[in-house]
Amino acid sequence: MPIEVDGKTLETDEEGYLANINEWVPGVANVMAAEDELELTDEHWDIINFLREYYEEYQIAPAVRVLTKAVGKKLGKDKGNSKYLYGLFPYGPGKQACRYAGLPKPTGCV
Amino acid sequence: MAKAEFEIPQLNENPEVPPVVLGTMAHSHPFIAKPEFQEPLNFPGELVDNWQEKAIEAMGDLLGKYRSLQVYLDSCVKCGACTDKCHYFLGTQDPKNMPVGRQDLLRKVYRRYFTFAGKYFPKLVGAEDLTKEVLDDWYSYFHQCSQCRRCSVFCPYGIDTAEISMAAREIMDRIGVGQKYCNEIIAKVFKIGNNLGLPEMALADTLEGLEEDVEDETGVAVKYPLDKKGADILLVTPSADFFAEPHVDGLIGYGKVFHEAGVSWTLSSKASEAANFGMFIGSYENMRRVSMRIREAALELGVKRIIFGECGHAWRVAYSFLNTLAGPFDFLDPKYPVPQHILEFTWGEIQKGTLNIDKSANDDMVVTFHDSCNVARASRMGPEPGGQFKIPRNVIKAVCNHFVDMAPETIHEKTFCCGGGGGLLTDDLMELRVKGAKPRMEALKNVIEEHGVTNMAAICAICKSQFTKVLPYYGMDMDMIVSVHQLVSNAIVLTGQTDGEDDEDESEDDAA
Repeated sequence: MPIEVDGKTLETDEEGYLANINEWVPGVANVMAAEDELELTDEHWDIINFLREYYEEYQIAPAVRVLTKAVGKKLGKDKGNSKYLYGLFPYGPGKQACRYAGLPKPTGCV
Repeated sequence: MAKAEFEIPQLNENPEVPPVVLGTMAHSHPFIAKPEFQEPLNFPGELVDNWQEKAIEAMGDLLGKYRSLQVYLDSCVKCGACTDKCHYFLGTQDPKNMPVGRQDLLRKVYRRYFTFAGKYFPKLVGAEDLTKEVLDDWYSYFHQCSQCRRCSVFCPYGIDTAEISMAAREIMDRIGVGQKYCNEIIAKVFKIGNNLGLPEMALADTLEGLEEDVEDETGVAVKYPLDKKGADILLVTPSADFFAEPHVDGLIGYGKVFHEAGVSWTLSSKASEAANFGMFIGSYENMRRVSMRIREAALELGVKRIIFGECGHAWRVAYSFLNTLAGPFDFLDPKYPVPQHILEFTWGEIQKGTLNIDKSANDDMVVTFHDSCNVARASRMGPEPGGQFKIPRNVIKAVCNHFVDMAPETIHEKTFCCGGGGGLLTDDLMELRVKGAKPRMEALKNVIEEHGVTNMAAICAICKSQFTKVLPYYGMDMDMIVSVHQLVSNAIVLTGQTDGEDDEDESEDDAA
């Protein structure tokens, strides 16, 4: 199912992940979130931006622990846990947030 | 938790066999692998033109290779003992999820092309041509079997539906109809070294992060070494242990045990995965290729022992097949089992008294244990029969004051699958996963209500991820599921450990 972002048509795979990570623009996250009836707040963007930065360096999404640690450091310890992340991204930070950020889906026993 | 687009089964106090409802899961089928995921496994990219002929040929080939397959297809007498034993049947009511119903999907084609009666009097013996409809049914229902082998425990002939499912998947792969989830992952193992696709640099960074965390928490520099040549022990663990929760808490525990035992150990970036999805798709060649990485890593690093982390099917492959797949392991130290399970190691250290345990660290929990199917029914642990049941419980009881087992018909060799094993742990099968978890959820709910159980421990990456995902559908907390070595980790008092972190203030930046 391709998605329409800023007047451009972008390909996605069967599960709605962007086919080409290089085509990502912030509008991708907004369009995907709108489809999930989710409104993106600054808190969501903090996560999405962190995911993109990490991916750029390591070519994979960060482990949950790496993510929660980074969030805890930046936003305070009470937010450095997966509950907080699931609160923001009910389908799971690893999967839903990665999709919004244009990252490929983490695979395996996760 | 996300919204469910299907009905969540009702949990009953006493398990009951539900009435049969035809075709409730006929719509369920996982995404098909694209050519890019098929070809690295040496399978055709898409459905080949002469697929019927090729499928029959593949079936003949497997029947010739695996005598067991032919025995299973020949020997069913339709006694019905298996009909109410599959968690997917109990959760979905679909009769094709009765083990015999599932087997018959393959059996009827086998009879048509490989038996005298089926060739000449097909209608009399329930033999059927291999049509596109039959193939579609295969794809759907052989991806509704988690290869857990619970049914085989109850079958008076010992028919193993898992092996039939594996054969069916292999036949489908050979004609170009593979499952995306499994095949994409196997291709990743070949390319990057693990199911996740975690590159070496990211792995090294993750392990460094763990070392920091453990040191922050305990004041002890526990190491999580990677590619350390000359280490005694190679630890092969599922890559989920590097990535997901509660898996990583188990990995932290393995490191603490090794540290206190004073042994030298290492992880490998080449064998950075214990899982072997080659088994799920019934492909000997792919299973072997995946296994060979472990042999190569062990040789390159010059280790003396191989130990496996908490991963169910990996332990089946390791315990039951590794020696023939990737052996002989005559270069390892013969004093130790090849391979060894991390729980055997930890139990050994507990018995020797090398670990300083403070059980009260787990006093906030009442723990139960979920036997993972591949460990329970396809392997053993330690020198005694039944060690795969006793050792995990011994370890849990050694580190927790409060342990309760679930109902006897749902544990040990009769354990129920988590609902996500055998290559089904994928979002496109969420309905199946939730419904298939029903029997385990019922047993768990009962011990919660009767004994105040707060947590369920597991020793399989798939079980842990599956429960994290499905518990909320049944109104339970995702954090209930814990790794066994997480409990160990909580209770170990490291030599020189300082209690907690005194200095709470580590926010360098303003959170604004």
